[in-house]
Amino acid sequence: MIESRALTKLFKDKKRGEIRAVDKVSFVCKPGQIYGLLGANGAGKTTTLRMLATILEPSDGTAIVCGNDVIEEPQKVRANVGFLSAATALYPRLSSQEMVEYFGRLNGLDEAILKKRIDDIFGRLGMNSFRDRRCDKLSTGMKQKTSIARTLIHDPQVMIFDEPTLGLDIMTARTIIDFIRECRQRGKTVIFSTHVMSEVERLCDTIGIIQSGKLLAEGSLAELREQYKENDLEEIFVKIVAPLQKNEEVA
Amino acid sequence: MSLQNIGIVYRKELREALRDRRTLISSLLVPLVLFPLLTAGLGAAISVLMGQAKEEIYKVMIIGGEDSPRLVDDLRQLKTIQIMPLAQTWKDQIVDKTIRAAIEIPVGFESDLSAEKSVTLKIYDYEGDLKSSLASGLIKEHLEGYREGVVKASLYLKNISPETLKPFEVEKQNVAPPEKVGGAAFGGVIGYMVILLCLTGCMYPAMDLTAGEKERGTMETILSSPISRTHLVLGKFFLVLTTSLVTAALSVTSMGVSFWVLERFHAFDKMGSDAAQLQLSIGLKQVLSIFIMVLPLAVLFSAGVMTVSLFAKSYKEAQSYITPLMFVVIIPAVSAMLPIDLTAKLALVPILNASLLCKELVVNTYHWNYIAIIFFSTCVYAAAALFLAVKMFQREDVLFRS
Repeated sequence: MIESRALTKLFKDKKRGEIRAVDKVSFVCKPGQIYGLLGANGAGKTTTLRMLATILEPSDGTAIVCGNDVIEEPQKVRANVGFLSAATALYPRLSSQEMVEYFGRLNGLDEAILKKRIDDIFGRLGMNSFRDRRCDKLSTGMKQKTSIARTLIHDPQVMIFDEPTLGLDIMTARTIIDFIRECRQRGKTVIFSTHVMSEVERLCDTIGIIQSGKLLAEGSLAELREQYKENDLEEIFVKIVAPLQKNEEVA
Repeated sequence: MSLQNIGIVYRKELREALRDRRTLISSLLVPLVLFPLLTAGLGAAISVLMGQAKEEIYKVMIIGGEDSPRLVDDLRQLKTIQIMPLAQTWKDQIVDKTIRAAIEIPVGFESDLSAEKSVTLKIYDYEGDLKSSLASGLIKEHLEGYREGVVKASLYLKNISPETLKPFEVEKQNVAPPEKVGGAAFGGVIGYMVILLCLTGCMYPAMDLTAGEKERGTMETILSSPISRTHLVLGKFFLVLTTSLVTAALSVTSMGVSFWVLERFHAFDKMGSDAAQLQLSIGLKQVLSIFIMVLPLAVLFSAGVMTVSLFAKSYKEAQSYITPLMFVVIIPAVSAMLPIDLTAKLALVPILNASLLCKELVVNTYHWNYIAIIFFSTCVYAAAALFLAVKMFQREDVLFRS
């Protein structure tokens, strides 16, 4: 379970002064559900997810992840979270197996459990043919599978995906989408950010629309269609985001 | 503090470092090859070149001297020079290195000598050119001998003993053992090389583990794991320190072995008299003392380079930050080659203190008071640098600088 409570992040910029990247964002993601954070580039999606993964510390507000406060107990939060983004790369000089082993050990798994989990995950994801190959020699699809294995090794209850399909070809993106669905089936709490409408339509139980760091709307796809009297998600998105964008341009 | 977590990070970084060609070259190959090359190779090459220069028969010209046949004949007896027929272009020929020097004998030189008039002989050479300087030196020495002969003959005629002109002798004698003489001449260079290699050994891994990790996108990956940032930076730091120490240890060992081999095969004796000052016996005691003194310096370098590199967004940017830092290290390290003696104040100046101390350790001189000051002050600087590196790893604006 994730409970975001008025999560806020301020950045200082020499030219632009103080930037409110995330502004009092509150929402709840429940186990066995997928929460989609939909927003344009620079809307505050990545910063929100980084705060939930305790990579960044909130300037104000907080979030509770699996019963642990992201400010008070960041290490406990990370022990329960699997974080995957387009920016989470692999160590080029480690093999696929060594990469996953490293993260298993960092998560405190003992060697016997680690070996069992690796055999299980590598078998399930069809990774045995390249388990000893160095990460810099892997194809994009193999790299993504290794990243998935890395996030799964400690069997986290919460999965955070930050634009996980960004820049991937259709087949590799499909692997990721299938993996996100599988996480839901296994009862994990899943949150993922994207600006691809079709991904949200296909996957999400709840959608949160974010712009300029503010969560502007939230609900299931059916609820949003009902509320904004539009069938197409893109139209709904524009309807919600456009007024704020206009105001910002005037300002 | 979880040593287990630090160990996990360290082992992973070590595994990656051992698979990285650039780290292997900077940490292993350079110290193993550089010292043997510098000692045996360069030392021998200098001696051989100097020997060759001295054995050469220098071509010289004589300007004038038609009315001074005795002096000209005397010069012709000199086996190390070959008198060439005078050409109007003698100046150009010296500059072009066709001839090495020219001697100008003024008109009426010998008759003036007989009349006991003071006259001047001129030697023309190419200042800065080794062979020309050697040639003019030889001629000058020979002419001074000739002058002495003239003086002796004149005194004899006047029935005066030559000793009248030299009532007493002045003699200079070295009391330092040969290895100390060599140490005084080359100790500064050794300190400089060890310190420089200590820095270069840690540079590449420090940049790779900080800015390189940011550039490759693995920083976010590792920060999403449960390890604390303090453990993470310490694991990385110990790897950087290892490479720095391995480089320093290999350079000191290779230096010791190189000098031992040269001494064992009496290579210095074979190189001729100029190589005598190269005689430097570096034993296990000196190697160990230099290594111990370099230890806190390696901590200082490792933590310092990591802190600076962490600011950079990419490996290239880190290189542009580290290059000026190299001068900060090189200048005090080179300064130890100047005639500076270790004092209590200088013992507090980082890098320069270690460099000056290396110079003393090489010649087996142990000023324990200075050693204590240098060791503890460097430890303090190193601790401060490490503290700064740990703090930097906690800063989001540094880790996610864009």
